[in-house]
Amino acid sequence: MVNRNDENRAVITGLGVKTPAGCDIDTFWTRVKSGNATAREITNFDASALTVHFACEVDDEALAIENYANSKEVRRWDRFTQLGVAAAIDAFKDSGLEGTGFDAHRAAVVTGTGVGGILTLEEQWSIYQEKGPRAVSPFFVPSMMANAIAGHASIICGFGGVNFNVTTACAAGSHAIGEAARLIWDGTADIVLSGGAEAGVTPLVMSAFARMGALSTRNDDPLRASRPFDADRDGFVMAEGAGFVIMESYAHAKKRGANILAEVVGYGRSGDAHHITAPLPDGSGAARSMQMALDTAGLKPSDVSHINAHATSTPLNDSGETQAMHHIFGNTVPPVSGTKGVTGHLIAAAGAVEAVISTLTIRDKVLPPTANFEKPGDDIDIDIVHGEPRPYDGGTVLSNSFGFGGHNASVLISPVAP
Amino acid sequence: MQREEIFTTIKDLAVELLGVDEAKVTNEARFKEDLDADSLDIVEFVMGMEEKFNVELPESEVEGVATVGQAVDLVSSKVS
Repeated sequence: MVNRNDENRAVITGLGVKTPAGCDIDTFWTRVKSGNATAREITNFDASALTVHFACEVDDEALAIENYANSKEVRRWDRFTQLGVAAAIDAFKDSGLEGTGFDAHRAAVVTGTGVGGILTLEEQWSIYQEKGPRAVSPFFVPSMMANAIAGHASIICGFGGVNFNVTTACAAGSHAIGEAARLIWDGTADIVLSGGAEAGVTPLVMSAFARMGALSTRNDDPLRASRPFDADRDGFVMAEGAGFVIMESYAHAKKRGANILAEVVGYGRSGDAHHITAPLPDGSGAARSMQMALDTAGLKPSDVSHINAHATSTPLNDSGETQAMHHIFGNTVPPVSGTKGVTGHLIAAAGAVEAVISTLTIRDKVLPPTANFEKPGDDIDIDIVHGEPRPYDGGTVLSNSFGFGGHNASVLISPVAP
Repeated sequence: MQREEIFTTIKDLAVELLGVDEAKVTNEARFKEDLDADSLDIVEFVMGMEEKFNVELPESEVEGVATVGQAVDLVSSKVS
């Protein structure tokens, strides 16, 4: 267990999202609680030739990137950077830290990204093939690098502390949140801007995931395609977007009278050491991650009252994750929500967006429903919150993320003890 | 091509690529100090001029160019 006092407890004081379910917290949370899916025919590019031609996209009008960057920046930021920096600025503003005279060298940034600016890479490679090496943009590297958001956000917010990006596929968002908490726990930072972003609704990425058989092929009915834990689930639905939080030490937040929303109390991670894309069928790798999170928090399984599952809606993930939950909770698995039914799978942003959802779950005392859960799969014998939101009883929320490569990350978020 | 025509094209390019107000793009305007262009901006700007005027502008010739007017002169010397 990590020793905690007011100086090194990690609390959340600001939120920001740019997602298919909304680009401000109110719209986003209302949509997530409604259980209404967001998938649609792809509009980012002409996807008519693709095997899977639907996804969950961020609405450009709602994003309103012109409010976050000038025209020069917009042209030079890959879409993942636009989404990420905008969500980061929202979280920073929401925290009220701006202009408070915080110690900039103790203000850190930890981001999570799966790939980075893959659309930029696709475009520049086409230019290279068409026009040759002298036509390649000098902005290609800073635009496509996976750590671009970490750099830009630190410049914009003036955060000169620890600064890095984690690249662990679909686990990266939860890794970013957890690593941010560790920076507070170990006294390295007073403030951490933490989150994830991904913009994988691109021709190459959509083609590749479709070839892997990872995506739902429900082209005729996109709104019913992402259906975590359901018997008829057939793959995940690609989503783009970003989620960010501001985390602070409790003492720092208290001293400046911040609006303290929740506390990150536990963080676990593990590697499956099994297969580069398939999870361990018995869920034991994921279970070790959850157990480590409980150990760092000094909590028992019975202290957890809700799980925001990774729940991608792929046959393998939802089955393995269910078994993993049984490893830890036995036959008393708390109510589980799979919010990707609404949002789709935001890849590296998923864990960060779900940390935001877990924080809102605690703030408003309500468990969001799992969209499209109609009939449990034969391998699913746990209590799935579906249909309507359900009351939340005030315990700890567990949020899981698992990624290709066998990366597992689990975060525990609790109401703040005064 | 008239010098004035080259200047107008370069001015439009500066507005587009450097995101600056049209009024700031004068013959005397310095790329770095007045138009807020860093080294990568300048590389992209040179690429833009090469494409617009269908000329090649080798690094050795671009090196001494600090102002918009000098860029216009350089391009003028390449196009007839």
